[in-house]
Amino acid sequence: MSDAPDLAPPVTPKLNGAEVVLRALVDQGVEHVFGYPGGAVLPLYDAIFKQNHLQHILVRHEQGAVHAAEGYARTSGKVGVVLVTSGPGATNTVTGLTDALMDSVPIVVLTGQVPTHMIGNDAFQEADTVGITRPCTKHNYLVKDPEDLARTIHEAFHVARSGRPGPVVVDLPKDVALGPAPYHAPEDVPHRHYQPKRTPAADRIEQAVDLIARAHRPIFYVGGGVINAGPEACEDLRTLVRATGYPITQTLMGLGAFPASDPLFIGMLGMHGTYEANMAMHGCDLMICIGARFDDRVTGRLDGFSPNSVKIHVDIDPSSINKNIQVQLPIIADCGEALKAMLARWRERGHQPDPLRIAPWWETIRGWQSRNSLGYRKSETSIKPQHAIERLYELTKNEDVYITTEVGQHQMWAAQHFKFEDPFRWMTSGGLGTMGYGLPAAMGVQLARPGGLVIDIAGEASWVMNMQEMSTLVQYRLPVKSFILNNSYMGMVRQWQDFFHGNRHAESYMDSLPDFVKLAEAFGAVGLRATTPDELDDVIREMMAVDGPVICDIVVDRAENVYPMIPGGAAHNDIMLSPEDPDEPVRGSEDGMPLV
Amino acid sequence: MLYEQRIAEDTTRRHTIAVLVDNEPGVLARVIGLFSGRGYNIDSLTVAEVDRAEHLSRITIVTSGTEQIIEQIKALLAKQVPVRQLADLTTEGQVVEREMALAKVVGDRARLIDALRVADFMGARLIDRTLETLTFEVTGSSEDIDSFLRLLEPEEVSRAGVVAMARGTRMLTASELRP
Repeated sequence: MSDAPDLAPPVTPKLNGAEVVLRALVDQGVEHVFGYPGGAVLPLYDAIFKQNHLQHILVRHEQGAVHAAEGYARTSGKVGVVLVTSGPGATNTVTGLTDALMDSVPIVVLTGQVPTHMIGNDAFQEADTVGITRPCTKHNYLVKDPEDLARTIHEAFHVARSGRPGPVVVDLPKDVALGPAPYHAPEDVPHRHYQPKRTPAADRIEQAVDLIARAHRPIFYVGGGVINAGPEACEDLRTLVRATGYPITQTLMGLGAFPASDPLFIGMLGMHGTYEANMAMHGCDLMICIGARFDDRVTGRLDGFSPNSVKIHVDIDPSSINKNIQVQLPIIADCGEALKAMLARWRERGHQPDPLRIAPWWETIRGWQSRNSLGYRKSETSIKPQHAIERLYELTKNEDVYITTEVGQHQMWAAQHFKFEDPFRWMTSGGLGTMGYGLPAAMGVQLARPGGLVIDIAGEASWVMNMQEMSTLVQYRLPVKSFILNNSYMGMVRQWQDFFHGNRHAESYMDSLPDFVKLAEAFGAVGLRATTPDELDDVIREMMAVDGPVICDIVVDRAENVYPMIPGGAAHNDIMLSPEDPDEPVRGSEDGMPLV
Repeated sequence: MLYEQRIAEDTTRRHTIAVLVDNEPGVLARVIGLFSGRGYNIDSLTVAEVDRAEHLSRITIVTSGTEQIIEQIKALLAKQVPVRQLADLTTEGQVVEREMALAKVVGDRARLIDALRVADFMGARLIDRTLETLTFEVTGSSEDIDSFLRLLEPEEVSRAGVVAMARGTRMLTASELRP
């Protein structure tokens, strides 16, 4: 940042620890910090009060701060930053940290700690923060020596964004923040030894391109690693896929890396992926996996997963290779570097698309596509949740739109029916499945994209989990729109109870939900409601027209389920299509109870 | 085929893995947590600082698992921020492994004389004695120590765990590149 030197003169003999932290943040390019004050971090808040370089966003719960930082990081590609106090402040970040670890989101969480001489004494608001967060961070630090302060902050940012990105915690005892500390600029801090390998082995790339050029039934299987690798990686992906003319499927985390409108895109894969994507994964002879990790929601039953294919796996994390699925050609590299190398090799060898070779494969895929697996029965009287997402997409597609979601049925319908043309516009909790993610994440996205139309596609049960952040949205005039598909159920829980637990809806129904319109008004925001299909478009248009936060209560069909579905523990070709599919009745039974 | 075709083996094998780590607080908890969090076995674990100037500790882990699990363990260890170097001594060539144990025998004169005879035969060193007790120190492979303890049937045992090194010129030191 150009204005960084204004914070303090280059030679800074009289900074305290808190000022050193602030200066390090500014030198790392941080503009926004999400946080909540408390006793142990008062020195840091005092330092924030005395400067104008970064803005602090006062959340209403520390979990909201972490999800906001995640949303901010995922749409901007920058490291999200959180500041919380010791004890309960730190423990409230654990869900968000785990979420960021599972979804590879770069964030740095600064936690206050009791003074070093009180650590271990069960002091007021003391918790063993580095102990508690060790398994849910990429790395964490407790700074006991002021001399280490600046170096540790810089290293935390380096670790968070290098290799496979992830969350890093820095625990700051109050006496370290209050006492004098020397400042070291980022360029003066050598990063000790953490330098993950980024460039692919040339012979592996050559082998991969040879395989790609010869395949008869190929498929690209692309995940969030490509988006994490940056916009250039996504461009190279598009060029490579189009140069081959091969079909591509994307994971939940990968949506937007390749444009949904391109005919080569055959939809998301996995438990609620399209029939054609899952059948193509099952029947392919070459799987080109780039930046995805063969998650169980993608693979289904492991011994039935794509049994006859050669698999190429590009991943920056060596521990993702051969974890669930044995692959023949692992390539440990940054997805962007690997794609660039593959593209260069493809051109160097003068490979051309060979439509004839793959024509029978495409014909088979077209056959699967004709099943229209995302189809659903339209209604004149009740709003189908799928229809609501389709209308939201149609009415917002020409805007600068960013979508976050909560977790559950609405999340899957959003992934299926909202078409993402570009990366960095889709923020969802994939690995951990954190209900309550969407609203605070949208807050972070809106801050990074001030002019954007940011919509949290939500279910009412998830949305209520972090609804306190409405207050933050109003305070900072962040015009986030909550688009709540309200079916009064925890829909995905109810769906599993329907399929596998004999329709016994144990505790999945919500009585006494708030009146979301009045709730919006109570927060000082605007509330809108649609109960019939003919009200839907007007509500969406009005939502877009309001210059401020809006809650839309979209009262949807309560009985609707997400199709297609591969029940956990089944193989891709055991996919269940919707009840409307003439050939494929839904087969749910209590045999599914042990599934996860 | 030319490509790495790893056949998933179900046979479990014992591996000795040596890891050089930055000697910083929590590093041992991090390594142990990685094993317990994912349900892997630790048969033996030793740790001590080996390079004071560089603040490096060496951890020797004896673990057992299928080939796939061992590969996972190594990849997970290698990506930890404080981990500088890692070697699977079992697969990378010949290795020397040693363990030390202390064993205390309590009993009458006949029992103690019997114990001295066993210790002499197995090359154990007597390091403490009273009228009723003898304490021995023994060094050797884990198997050597197992058989010594089987013969001796001591009343109290303390084992140090395995330390290991590759034979010949191969080394695991700070100056080598991270794998």
